[in-house]
Amino acid sequence: MSSTIATGFSRRSFLRTSSLASGGMLIGFNLFTACKDNVKMPVDISKLNYNDFNAFIKISNEGMVTLFSPNPEIGQGVKTSMPMIIAEELDVLWENVNVLQGVLDTKNYQRQVAGGSQSIRFGWDALRQTGATARQMLVNAAAARWGVDASECSAKQGVITNAKGQTLGYGDVVKEAAKLQIPISEGAEGDESKSENPEFKDASAKEVAGKVKLKDPKDYTIIGTDTHNVDIDEIITGKPLYGMDYKVDGMVYANVLRPPSFGQQLESYDDTDAKAIPGVIDVIRIGAKGRGLLEKNRGNWSVKLGDTDKVVVIAESTWKAIQGKKAIKATWSNASEMESTESHDRDLIALLDGTEFTTLRKDGDVEKAFKEADKVIERTYESPFLPHNCMEPMNFFADVTETKVHLVGPIQTPESGAAAVADMLGRDVADVHCEMTRMGGGFGRRLYSDFVLEAAEISDAIRKPVKMVSSREDDMATGVYRPAIKYRIKASIKDGELTGYHLKEAAVGGNMYGLIPNFFPAGTLDNYQVDVASYKSNITTGAWRAPYTNFLSYAEQSFLDEIAEALEIDAVQMRLDLLQKVKGSEDERIQYSAERMEDVINLVVEKSGYRIPKEGVYQGFSAYYCHNTHVAEVADIVMENNQPVVKKVTVAVDCGIVVNPLGALNQIEGGVIDGVGHAMYSDFSFENGMPTSKNYDSYRLIRMREAPMVETHFVKNTLSPTGLGEPTLPPAGAAVSIALKKATGKRIYKQPFITSLLDKEIIG
Amino acid sequence: MPTYKLKINGVSKKIEATPDMPLLWALRDDLDMVGTKFGCGIGQCGACTVHIDGTAARSCLLQVSQLDGKEITTIEGLSPDGSHPVQQAWKEVDVPQCGYCQSGQIMTASAFLEKNPNPSREDIRSAMHGNICRCASYNRIENAVVKAAEKKMA
Repeated sequence: MSSTIATGFSRRSFLRTSSLASGGMLIGFNLFTACKDNVKMPVDISKLNYNDFNAFIKISNEGMVTLFSPNPEIGQGVKTSMPMIIAEELDVLWENVNVLQGVLDTKNYQRQVAGGSQSIRFGWDALRQTGATARQMLVNAAAARWGVDASECSAKQGVITNAKGQTLGYGDVVKEAAKLQIPISEGAEGDESKSENPEFKDASAKEVAGKVKLKDPKDYTIIGTDTHNVDIDEIITGKPLYGMDYKVDGMVYANVLRPPSFGQQLESYDDTDAKAIPGVIDVIRIGAKGRGLLEKNRGNWSVKLGDTDKVVVIAESTWKAIQGKKAIKATWSNASEMESTESHDRDLIALLDGTEFTTLRKDGDVEKAFKEADKVIERTYESPFLPHNCMEPMNFFADVTETKVHLVGPIQTPESGAAAVADMLGRDVADVHCEMTRMGGGFGRRLYSDFVLEAAEISDAIRKPVKMVSSREDDMATGVYRPAIKYRIKASIKDGELTGYHLKEAAVGGNMYGLIPNFFPAGTLDNYQVDVASYKSNITTGAWRAPYTNFLSYAEQSFLDEIAEALEIDAVQMRLDLLQKVKGSEDERIQYSAERMEDVINLVVEKSGYRIPKEGVYQGFSAYYCHNTHVAEVADIVMENNQPVVKKVTVAVDCGIVVNPLGALNQIEGGVIDGVGHAMYSDFSFENGMPTSKNYDSYRLIRMREAPMVETHFVKNTLSPTGLGEPTLPPAGAAVSIALKKATGKRIYKQPFITSLLDKEIIG
Repeated sequence: MPTYKLKINGVSKKIEATPDMPLLWALRDDLDMVGTKFGCGIGQCGACTVHIDGTAARSCLLQVSQLDGKEITTIEGLSPDGSHPVQQAWKEVDVPQCGYCQSGQIMTASAFLEKNPNPSREDIRSAMHGNICRCASYNRIENAVVKAAEKKMA
């Protein structure tokens, strides 16, 4: 792959430079524009007021580099890895780079948008271009000073060298560089040779503008090296970083009493006891303003937390607010059906048995294949709702005044959150300012802005700066959930071959979408069909780490293992055989690469010792593609005291170039253990419209003693990097389910596995 | 409201509170020491772990009225500058993902290593079992405790 490939990015659409009064050079760019290339930048930098920049590179006269990153950090490590990409192309020593998060800089940062799981993939080209362009400008400035051609100069680790061996540091030339025209990159299109910006009308600019060239991956010195989390010192010493830690003078705390059951409405409440608690300031009723706003904004999901009135206790401290809420006596009426796990199970099975499906992909004729088959296998797989359980409970700060709205807190989508608040309060969105804190986990929960709307509605009512804080019970029992889903998969076998595959999905409150129907095994079979159906529920559903595939992977991989058993062929060989059929396919809908899938399969088989039988160790294999990354995993299970213990998971990953191996391994290990944990242990059910678990005494998350050791191996290549926050999670539960079959002799069709094993008395 | 004297990180602090006020909220809301985190409020997750006379304890379950004469240590007081062997091990292993639970993890690990300076991996897994890490950085937590033990022995 060429390292100077045309990127299609017009750097001038997201890049501006200027000199600093205090000395040095400032390069402004919009990180998210850079990642999307769809936002127009104003022409005149002097009129920008920085509203359209959210990221800056500052190079001081001393050559020190400061990268101001606006990026929301939920633990995925992009605050470290994205600046690494810029620093690589800028060619500076990482120890001379300081990364600052612009969380509380109201002057410089606006319009921040969460990067999401696609940050690295989308940012790769633009971030490299940004760094390389800055480097070229510095080289051009040095060349101009020496009176030589820029092509005779090179830059390395912050030092520019010419053909005579003379050197200049970046800091020596920043002043001149800041005045230069932004140079053209090799292969890029759409650039004009002349800037419209008056500041760039330097006569010499055109003559010295050397072309920007991206590095060859073999020359990388920062990308691909283990780099520590840039916030590590603050985290290990307990510095304020999170929304829960945010505080301003005069701020009060609020805890919200929401309906205990989904489908209930507030009738009345008695706040006498709550108001008698010292430290409780007031009790108010909210909900009128936020109605319907979230549902309007959420498309596929049924997030409608704003649909009822709620009671809010305002207090001097978090604890008093929570205490006050417990003292409220509220009456609720049932405005709708009180759902239960029993009703969900019944209704989902009815959906699967019915005919009301939307077909997402249809190849050939599965019904014909089933009719002509020697054997037909049909299985149903079931999963519960799951709460996100971010360790930092939902919270948000809001300060609503006559003229402006100031929002601060942990959110993955600040832009849509601010827009929803503007909508709710009837304000101009330009008067709503939203800042991000580091997030104590996201997992999809912080995509939704219900808690931002609540905070803003409360502050609007009391006209004070307020922090809305949730307790764990609020979070777990009145939140957003991965929907309960059931899959029914049917396949046909004829003449020792898999001839047809039909997957039906039934879900509560929203179905799989987008590209998922074109993941493996799509394209490998002549007769293949994916159908979906869902029904509306009072229970709020939403994206949860690796949406849909987090459960689909287990259903599909477990089913394929059963097919291999029926065909009496090796499960790994069956995958490899199927992949041959998609090679060279002209079907442009197919999302995965057969070659890259083969690579991860072969690598995991070799590294896990899958072909070598081990006494008392049961190995389950899975291979999956999602979120643009190919992953194969082998889970090792041993039986200890008749209990299955997942000892180890071997992982092979092809995510292209690994930007920060230290951070990448952390994401992979976390994703695998999270996948094992939720598949094995986490159960969540409803009775009378109410979750039966509200805190960690009755809800099980995986803990240290149950966590397998994760051993990771990367497929080494120089392909553009893809994301790692999600793709290792889905295959983990799949591999465990197959290892459990080998360990116990029984297949499990329902998550969590431990409950299924106990219910069926497979384990004691 | 009664006044309570709390000795936190070697410094005596006075707070006005009802007797049942949990130490967690005294630290976070009244004393602006926010390194100790709120996770569950029922002693199940470990995010709020502090040391009471050197023993790890859940600050969400401790009432301010129970702490007279006790030495309370929080993450802010474990070392003045992050130089405690456990903090250094956490840094070298690069444990955190979101990082929210990590001060509680560090407090549990540091109290544990005082009592068991040369633990087996099995000992470590048992000692750390009460602290949830939702990002599941468990492998690194285990490795960091091993490394911290080596540092303390050295």
